[in-house]
Amino acid sequence: MSHDHPHRHPPQADHAEPVSHHEWLGVALNELLMEKGLYTAQELREMMAEVEAVEPSTHGARVVAHAWVDEDFRVRLLKDANTAVEALGFDSAATDLTVLENTDEIHNVVVCTLCSCYPRTLLGRPPTWYKSASYRSRLVREPRSVLREFGTQLPDSVTVRVHDSTAELRYLVLPLRPQGTDDWTEERLAELVTRDSMIGVTTARTP
Amino acid sequence: MSDEIESRGVERIGPHDLGGLPGGPVDRTEHDPAYWECQVDAMVMLMRRKGVMIDPAQLRRGIESLDPDVYEKLSYYERWAGSAALNAIEQGLVTQAELDARIESLRAGRQ
Amino acid sequence: MIRPEADLTGPTPRFHIGDRVRIDARPLATHHRVPAYAKGQAGVIAKVCGEHEEPERIAFGQQHRLRRLYRVRLQQTDLWKTYEGSPTDSLDIEIFDHWLQPA
Repeated sequence: MSHDHPHRHPPQADHAEPVSHHEWLGVALNELLMEKGLYTAQELREMMAEVEAVEPSTHGARVVAHAWVDEDFRVRLLKDANTAVEALGFDSAATDLTVLENTDEIHNVVVCTLCSCYPRTLLGRPPTWYKSASYRSRLVREPRSVLREFGTQLPDSVTVRVHDSTAELRYLVLPLRPQGTDDWTEERLAELVTRDSMIGVTTARTP
Repeated sequence: MSDEIESRGVERIGPHDLGGLPGGPVDRTEHDPAYWECQVDAMVMLMRRKGVMIDPAQLRRGIESLDPDVYEKLSYYERWAGSAALNAIEQGLVTQAELDARIESLRAGRQ
Repeated sequence: MIRPEADLTGPTPRFHIGDRVRIDARPLATHHRVPAYAKGQAGVIAKVCGEHEEPERIAFGQQHRLRRLYRVRLQQTDLWKTYEGSPTDSLDIEIFDHWLQPA
């Protein structure tokens, strides 16, 4: 399950050199913008570090685990996610964050068919598959088939609700708390909360 | 399945309008982004922070205006690079000639 | 049709939770947020989401024209002739006020 908790290394400057025209275009534009004073190399490094610092395990998973143990927080999170998340010390980045609660009756799953909208301040950069043509095209048409590919088999008694995140809101799924975790600490619970479960393609890990 | 949407008499907005089209299995391979991809990612964030793009819609509009053939061939951050360049040119921050010249010297320098 | 700028967003939303609405099917070549599969479809308002910059304008850097945003809930069995799943399966999509009509 390495993909659930990707162990990220800082990107190295000496691998995967650009080859295509558009790859070079990105490098060229970045150089020119710095030379013209739009931002400094230091600001670029800091921004890259800022992005790298956001991991599902240290951000989104902590929000979910806290909601599992603190009923007041759960209610606030569902009502006004931005305020609730900021109270935990996380950046909501001025985007309207909406938390979708999975229940025994409803399973939520998120896609952005037109681009790749994603709750980056809680989950970091989206995985490649989230941005893929296959996921974006199929999830709205055959969500249960796609979920099965992720190993998620849901009975017909559970409503699958797809959320096409195409406009202004960003969505985080609040997965069901696994059974048999009643006496677990928040820290231990957070380890069950995978990135994929917060997108909604899987459920949380079971102990 | 795409016929089903077309049969309703509606047109796809552009190459990015993928919802409901047929597709193969989702490739779930995970890989860390390359260094240049992280640079482009951070560059776009800084362009927003510095007011070159005041809204993500501007990045999206630039991506969506790519030729459909080009859109389908490019990777995610290649599209970002293309759109960021378009926005920077529109804002008068750089010219196409400057970009072309820099790409040429970068390519030459790495050979 | 785009209404005069003065009454784009009144103090009260035009639609409320549970109202039945239809998403406009009109074509538009430039940036907008209504995917083809949702055009012409009818559903119900699931949430009223406040006011946001109009995508058609902000995509070109033009600010200050706010439009109210809604989450519209569509039933999968309405969307697709053959849908494999539960008849209760649904899809929520954010649609701006100027792309909605009462249904």
